[in-house]
Amino acid sequence: MMRYNVDLNGYYGDFGGAFIPELLHANIEELRQTYLTILNDESFQKEFIQLLRDYAGRPTPLYFASRLSEKYHARIYLKREDLCHTGAHKINNTIGQILLARRLNKQKIIAETGAGQHGVATATVCALMGMHCTVYMGQLDMERQHPNVERMKLLGATVVPVTSGNRTLKDATNEAMRHWINHPKDTHYIIGSVVGPHPYPDMVARFQSVISQEMKYQLTEKEGNPYPDYVIACVGGGSNAAGCFYHYLDDEQVNLVGVEAAGKGVNTGQSAATTALGKPGILHGSKTLLMQTNDGQVIEPYSISAGLDYPGIGPLHANLHKTGRVEFIHATDDEAMKAGLELCRMEGIIPAVESAHALAALSKLSFDNDDVVVVNLSGRGDKDLETYIRWNMKQ
Amino acid sequence: METTNMQNRLDDLFKRKKHGILSVFYTAGFPYLEDTVRIAEELEQAGADMIEIGIPFSDPIADGPVIQHSNNVAIGNGITLGIIFQQVEVIRKTVQLPIVLMGYLNPVMQFGMEKFVSECSRTGVDGVILPDLPVDEYVHRYKQLFEHYAVRFSFLITPTTSEERIRLLDACSSGFIYAVAASGTTGVRGAFTSDQQVYFHRLKEMQLKNPFMVGFGISTHATFNEACRYGSGVIIGSAFIQALAENVQVSGFIHAVRPK
Ligand SMILES: Cc1ncc(COP(=O)(O)O)c(C=O)c1O
Repeated sequence: MMRYNVDLNGYYGDFGGAFIPELLHANIEELRQTYLTILNDESFQKEFIQLLRDYAGRPTPLYFASRLSEKYHARIYLKREDLCHTGAHKINNTIGQILLARRLNKQKIIAETGAGQHGVATATVCALMGMHCTVYMGQLDMERQHPNVERMKLLGATVVPVTSGNRTLKDATNEAMRHWINHPKDTHYIIGSVVGPHPYPDMVARFQSVISQEMKYQLTEKEGNPYPDYVIACVGGGSNAAGCFYHYLDDEQVNLVGVEAAGKGVNTGQSAATTALGKPGILHGSKTLLMQTNDGQVIEPYSISAGLDYPGIGPLHANLHKTGRVEFIHATDDEAMKAGLELCRMEGIIPAVESAHALAALSKLSFDNDDVVVVNLSGRGDKDLETYIRWNMKQ
Repeated sequence: METTNMQNRLDDLFKRKKHGILSVFYTAGFPYLEDTVRIAEELEQAGADMIEIGIPFSDPIADGPVIQHSNNVAIGNGITLGIIFQQVEVIRKTVQLPIVLMGYLNPVMQFGMEKFVSECSRTGVDGVILPDLPVDEYVHRYKQLFEHYAVRFSFLITPTTSEERIRLLDACSSGFIYAVAASGTTGVRGAFTSDQQVYFHRLKEMQLKNPFMVGFGISTHATFNEACRYGSGVIIGSAFIQALAENVQVSGFIHAVRPK
């Protein structure tokens, strides 16, 4: 699977790289030089796999959703990342990175979070390892994902409200990077998606790739064939999508679909649909597609979903978009909320509002009756109860 | 490509003056859009040796609150790179000091690097600092361009930069090299620590190809004097921008840092 993977210089085609100020060079260079050795080390692999199994609850089920299948005339499976400990795929990455941080002798952890799922997953592994944890979160996100703020605090993390910009994920990431610049020696920054300077996108994708690794054997058991016709995932920064696409990238017969948040509509100026609206640019240390003005100022995105409210996408997705390997579509707030409620009523599963965007793709794509479709259910909707209640009241 | 005036004011300055150079950084378009020109003129009158003009960016990750705020205000005022070059043209009608543009890569990339460097040359910008442009990217894609237009390019070094890497960045820099005083974002700091003194001393002993200027965190006469014992001079940013925000006179600020 070499074609879509990162090259030796940290690039995915034209995208990626490490566009960082010299202040971060030592940290990023240390990661770049050590991450593959550490990840491939036998003791690391053993510990990682064991924690994924015994602590995070992997493998997550691949569930055949019969009522959805009937409605959309296809064989629809849900990859149940929502059943992971802490309620989303984010824990796959934080377990990997905390094990790495320990091997780099770092004592403190920082993270950014949007929906709070990555913050909770980071606070969780810090508690597990007895490490100091600081999470940066936009003030707006702290309001709309309040339960996760309380969970992080309960787990012993310090949550720092970020008041710059739109007070969402982009701003939280800026602040986490500044913290790292100011505390370079003892601190590891656990980035929550496949964004940031090389080697973060590759590292996070590798940790999340367990999702498609499991899908392959689960589909073989259930369908007699590891290759589905479609894999569908929502894309914020793109980590759950990277994880469920990873082992299918070179199998061109598998259609890969990324769903971005269109907010109130792609052309309303209140959207987070980067592939539709973005141009190549540089943010948070990598060259990627970015929503920006003609003058190169980053545009504040909007989505009902805090986890998709980001003006860029990971550089590997920018390349997958450019090469056409992944089809990127988008779903509005309303489309996602409807799809989320539909899953509640038809399958008895309350999905995260992020994951609801992936579900919204079901009514946008046309399937053949025997098409095997996997939707990555990246997280559960407990954190989104308020959002669902408010949306329901509006209807 | 036609090459303009190959003389470079940065080269002249560092040839003429080996110690005690005062360079002042401020954000274009702050506090008001038109202030870019006024501040340059006042800096020259007040006796500054060199001017660094910041290109505002929405997401300045290496900057502390003061410069972040000035960036936001300037963007709100409508500043763009196009306007900055117009302002530099006006500045150049009266001001002879070397001018350096400093900013994050993205706005420059959208403007177009080739157009950016040729505009620098046309309007009278002598040097450029783009802290998030990787050195290998600069060497392979842009170094020739900068050399062609006789625009200097400075890299940053920090207390955590290895000796080997300092040599590399020095070799790739022209005009001067920017020695970041402390491992941290921009913003006012107090007196130097003994670690910082050791670092400055190490830089001085290395006999770099380029003169080095010490920046980040410097705000007082005392830190100015001390940094000048090691390098060719000092860059003051946040403290000056804070003073601008508080309507302090430019000349008063400069004379407090470096009494006449
Ligand atoms: C449940 C869930 N899904 C998806 C995302 C989006 O992130 P990514 O695109 O990295 O998977 C988030 C982010 O917070 C999330 O919480």
